Amino acid sequence: MTILRLYPRFRSIVVRQSRWDWVAIGIAVALLLGCVLAPVALGAVGSQQGTTSVSLPWWFWPLALFVVTFAMGVVAVLGGVGGGVLFVPIIGGFFPFHLDFVRGAGLLVALSGALAAGPGLLKANLANLRLAIPVALIASSFAIVGAMVGLALPTNIVEIALGTTIIGICILMFTAKKSVHPDVPHADRLSSTLRIYGVYHEPSSGHTVNWQVHRTPAGMALFVLIGLMAGLFGLGAGWANVPVLNLLMGAPLKISVATSKFLLSITDASAAWIYMNQGCVIPMIVAPSIMGIMLGSLAGVRLLRVAKPQAVRWIVIVMLAFAGIRAVSKGLGY
Amino acid sequence: MKDASRPSLSREDRTQSKPVMPLLETCTEQLRYARVLEKGMLFGLAVLFLSFLLYVLGILEPFIPLHKIADYWSVDVNTYLDRAGVEGGWSWVGLLGYGDFLNFVGIAVLAGTTILCYLAIVPILWRSHDRIYLALVIVEVIVLSVAASGILGTGGH
Repeated sequence: MTILRLYPRFRSIVVRQSRWDWVAIGIAVALLLGCVLAPVALGAVGSQQGTTSVSLPWWFWPLALFVVTFAMGVVAVLGGVGGGVLFVPIIGGFFPFHLDFVRGAGLLVALSGALAAGPGLLKANLANLRLAIPVALIASSFAIVGAMVGLALPTNIVEIALGTTIIGICILMFTAKKSVHPDVPHADRLSSTLRIYGVYHEPSSGHTVNWQVHRTPAGMALFVLIGLMAGLFGLGAGWANVPVLNLLMGAPLKISVATSKFLLSITDASAAWIYMNQGCVIPMIVAPSIMGIMLGSLAGVRLLRVAKPQAVRWIVIVMLAFAGIRAVSKGLGY
Repeated sequence: MKDASRPSLSREDRTQSKPVMPLLETCTEQLRYARVLEKGMLFGLAVLFLSFLLYVLGILEPFIPLHKIADYWSVDVNTYLDRAGVEGGWSWVGLLGYGDFLNFVGIAVLAGTTILCYLAIVPILWRSHDRIYLALVIVEVIVLSVAASGILGTGGH
């Protein structure tokens, strides 16, 4: 009976989707199915010894990497997540690359995306340099520490910690609220001294919005943790930046999202240098990934103009959860 | 603690047709930063894509043969460096004649652009006597340069 009662609602959701919504959902589902079925189909479950890569021509994996990162770029834009956070768990979990190289590539993927978006966001006054500089200094310094710790730890420990973090990110994505214009009655002393405030034009309402921040010391303290995790796992840290800037410090959502994206160009640069100097960069992994995710993001932005299916975000959460569980199971030796 | 030097904003103040505090225009240092970032990003990506084409199409001979690359990416970084006979850090500069290591130029430009952006805004902050941000920017340049230098360790873990 419950199914019968739910059916009309389900049917109305299905009917409401446009043709482009279905294209977007199709790409996301294909990526999810690829993650689930690829290891089984290629006999790569539990294998990190390169046995599958040896039996396949050398170009198979870079080509697969390009295709998967392209889909990832599309899904990341539609799902409102950073490409970096998808890259490490999915590529690390389902490709035969060692986690050392996946983390190095993940940082460079997140870095490239941030570098590409940064100039436009800064010129449009959405990313704020005065907000970014102090927190970037903290995050980038601790990203170096995180990278060094991450490279010193045994791989299985990093995998377990990565998987646990990814599952935590899923919970955060599932539960976290956002505030478009947080209420900040008074700026705190530190943000006033640093002159962290600004103005931006909101085209949807036609208004000009003044903003300021509060709880700056607490926000800065959390960037210690954000930097550590970015370096440790090679993840872009947008998933953590935005809640801290928006919900804790009270920056408007648009400013938080834009400044967070720009911040990655600084945080991930410092950690990327550590991985690069340690030898964790293989161009055959890095270049197709950057190309794939950037082209996918461009396609995603075009698709976003005609489609915004909410289902994609749910598929992303399921995909991340699956990748997180797989990372934990790999770390535990299953 | 409330800062007496600037007014607090009510909800009405925050969403209005005319700004009460800073101007809507993007500040000079932010624009300078954005311009340098844009140039560095475009140059880095162009170099990376071009060098990758030279590498993957076999126009430039790679240091690690393409058909053997799969033997290297599935092992940890220490084993990779040992097997390939490569050192970490900036040793790639000496191998730029090879297609695979030529890609490191684009990667280094992408990772190094932020340092150039920070250096580009130093004169503006200096002229405007913005000492706090000048100090923050200089410390950031030092942090990124130390990370880039390889002082903190090279060649596996």
